[in-house]
Amino acid sequence: MSLAAPKIPSRKLGTSGLPLTLLLGMAVTGFWILLALAADIVAPYSPIAQDVPSALQPPSAEHWLGTDNYGRDVLSRIIYGARVDLQIGLFGVIFPFLIGNVIGMVAGYFGGLVDTILMRLLEVTIAFPFFVLVIAIISILGPGLTSLYIALALVGWVSYARLTRAQVLVLKGSDFIGAARVLGYSDARIMLRHLLPNAISPSMVFAMTDMVLVILLGSSLSYLGLGAQPPTAEWGVMIAEGQQFLATAWWICLFPGLAIVFLALGLSLSADGLAQLLGTKE
Amino acid sequence: MERFKFVLYRPLQTIPVLIGVSLITFVLVRSIPGDPVRVLLGPRAKPSIIAAVREQYGLDEPIILQYFYFLYNLVQGEMGRSIIYRIPVLDVIAERLSPSLFLLSYALVLSVTLAMVLAITAARNQRRWPDHLVRMFCTAGLGLPAFWLGIILIMVFSVGLGWFPVSGYGEGFLQHLHHLFLPALTIAVALAPVLTRNLRATLIEQMQADFVQTGRSKGMSERALFFRHVLPNSLVPTVNLLGIAFSWLIGGTVVVETVFSIPGMGQLMVASIFSRDYLLVQGVTLFFAVGIICTNFIVDVVNVALDPRIDP
Repeated sequence: MSLAAPKIPSRKLGTSGLPLTLLLGMAVTGFWILLALAADIVAPYSPIAQDVPSALQPPSAEHWLGTDNYGRDVLSRIIYGARVDLQIGLFGVIFPFLIGNVIGMVAGYFGGLVDTILMRLLEVTIAFPFFVLVIAIISILGPGLTSLYIALALVGWVSYARLTRAQVLVLKGSDFIGAARVLGYSDARIMLRHLLPNAISPSMVFAMTDMVLVILLGSSLSYLGLGAQPPTAEWGVMIAEGQQFLATAWWICLFPGLAIVFLALGLSLSADGLAQLLGTKE
Repeated sequence: MERFKFVLYRPLQTIPVLIGVSLITFVLVRSIPGDPVRVLLGPRAKPSIIAAVREQYGLDEPIILQYFYFLYNLVQGEMGRSIIYRIPVLDVIAERLSPSLFLLSYALVLSVTLAMVLAITAARNQRRWPDHLVRMFCTAGLGLPAFWLGIILIMVFSVGLGWFPVSGYGEGFLQHLHHLFLPALTIAVALAPVLTRNLRATLIEQMQADFVQTGRSKGMSERALFFRHVLPNSLVPTVNLLGIAFSWLIGGTVVVETVFSIPGMGQLMVASIFSRDYLLVQGVTLFFAVGIICTNFIVDVVNVALDPRIDP
């Protein structure tokens, strides 16, 4: 789907007519995506090859960001880690996005009993602290990234459902939907072709912000031992492994954390820029 | 006092949500593959105890009836026994409650203080450098992983400078304050950006309001105008947000308690997952959910107290 032209002209535009924050954010995010794709070429060492004699070495010309307790190169692990963390951001958002939008659309469009049931379900889900419910589900499914994605799909849909339902409730009464009904279009066609393109912007903007939250959540869970499992090069896993060497080898913890901050910053800026472009507030 | 009558009947409205919450926790624990009793009691449980638990939860009855047994036990405060601690789940939770509550309140006080100072500074210096700095902090702070920030704070202030202990809870109020400062600060730095953004936006909006013009024309000083009229009028949206953020705050304590080895409920939950102490996981999850429902109720009351226009 192509993005609509800006409804409200933004104050700061780059040469291409896009908001500067969006360009900056896309540049940072793009940097990580490229790094993840080209990891095999760019990374100087293997992310999991152990080299015990050169363990716990501080940053040097040979190992730019030092080595960890198994002698693995921290820089290479960060570069390969971008693959895992970007994947968490992608899969952790896509499923809740799809489920939430379908539920929000159906609840808003049909109203009545369907709406009541779905909204009660939503109320109960948000009665739990998000993080606690996610880890409770993971505890049942067993630690791992697949469990994380399932847990996020089961819990994360609520925000999208709410945003889309609110949009649909407003749009449902407008003339163009009435016209579509008069033309005898099916409910499915009205929802997909007429309501969806008009109702999805807030949910898309939120998806960008949500990606930041999901990456933070995914790395936190991996840090706790519930997400990606060692020896996978994932940033949260790296920080967990480095914590016991904090006093002697600070570089193991510091750099993966900076990687998370840098990626999160790129995504946040993109989200702000996208919000400006689409003229929506979160 | 008429307006506060809802305090009496509002708790009744939470009953459907409570039932839903109990249903979800029930389904969650029953989704564990294998014989539930063997899983719940651990591999070394005696046959007599297994039989007793089967009886208590009616495990040979239809699933609907089993849920009612679960509910019946729950209402009586019976959540089963922890297989690791070998005492009732509720007792284990009670022991871990105070460090978590202390940390939560501490983090809340620090976050609100930080957010108030930052938002007021930004709003009173709009579009000048203090404002830009605050906005930069907000963007960067949103992407800070709490567990990492905690580790960096330990590295600098505990390991490096030796100002704070590396972990633990300490004895007595003053030691708690000292031990939990870094954990509370970690949570506050993660939460403050959200509150600051919101409060700054509301403050700036309120500064354009008509009552500000009226105040000015009466000759009120800008300072008095800001603190006596603009600020109180801006607090309601932030209190609302705080209610939502509370759910997030609890998630934060789960991670931060693990980073700083604080013997609270969050650490208990993570430890129980690894020891497959499912009844304890269930108990803590339920407990947190009830906590959120209570907080939302308190937020409603505070809002009515803050803003006479709200009709409960």
